[in-house]
Amino acid sequence: MRARVFVTLKPSVFDPQGTTVAEALHTLGYGAVKDVRQGKYFELDIDAGTTDEARRLAAEAADKLLANPVIESYRIEVTA
Amino acid sequence: MKFAVIVFPGSNCDHDAYHAVKHVLGEDAELIWHKDRSLRGADAVILPGGFAHGDYLRTGAIARFSPIMQEVKAFAAAGGPVLGICNGFQILLEAGLLPGAMLRNRGLHFRCEHVHVRVEHTDTPFTAAAAPRQILRIPIAHGEGNYYAEPEVIERLERNRQVIFRYVTASGEETEAANPNGSIHNIAGITNETRNVVGLMPHPERACEPAVGSADGLVVFQSVVKALTLAPAAVSAAASVLEK
Repeated sequence: MRARVFVTLKPSVFDPQGTTVAEALHTLGYGAVKDVRQGKYFELDIDAGTTDEARRLAAEAADKLLANPVIESYRIEVTA
Repeated sequence: MKFAVIVFPGSNCDHDAYHAVKHVLGEDAELIWHKDRSLRGADAVILPGGFAHGDYLRTGAIARFSPIMQEVKAFAAAGGPVLGICNGFQILLEAGLLPGAMLRNRGLHFRCEHVHVRVEHTDTPFTAAAAPRQILRIPIAHGEGNYYAEPEVIERLERNRQVIFRYVTASGEETEAANPNGSIHNIAGITNETRNVVGLMPHPERACEPAVGSADGLVVFQSVVKALTLAPAAVSAAASVLEK
């Protein structure tokens, strides 16, 4: 099973890197890009019988290590 | 009195802290490798600055799994004084010994310069020898020192007088310009609820002798001596817990 974990800063948390990337895009002429939020992406190769089990393991990993719950939230996608 | 200075792979201020304690303050100090499982009878613990484990994943995120951190946690829970400087502060946050988290500096620059911080409260083992609201001129050197916590956590920290150091101007004013990284409420350092664990982003150990431009940081280490001399019971309690 493969789990993709997307970790991003919570909406309430200021993202100075994302803001700087957005400003750089504006300099390139991409004024249509209103906002950028930068995050982290993990691919977990998981030995699990079902997608539910893989999802549960990935969520545990994200809760305990991949994301810092004080500032970050995450989203998981699982494929067989 | 003995200080333990924890050495993580990637620590780079461990020898500065050792020098400040051993040669300037004149107390005993020992460098302890992160894979060690004993604090070897230390009376106080310093988590030094640097880039522990290469700052992989997040600053301090991997260091909290180092074996010595179990001992540091037990020592802190027993009331032992623990100081986290810069990366050490980030480790204390990731380990849950202090609340909150660090974001990239507002402006994204790695800031390496002398700043002024005001000692907000003197009832911690790392500020006991300071004058109330004393202003220290000490250096910072970090890219992620933008302290963040949820509004209710910030409110609790302020209410409980847990903000210990704040970025100010040379004359002690708390302004935006004096804030080098965007930290909420100009926070440079905090303590835990039991006031024995302190973390700060500036480097007092790099400002302990006039020869390096400032000796203002020495008071942080002198405070430990003063605090432990006044309240030796807390130390022996911490030590006895660790012996079990």
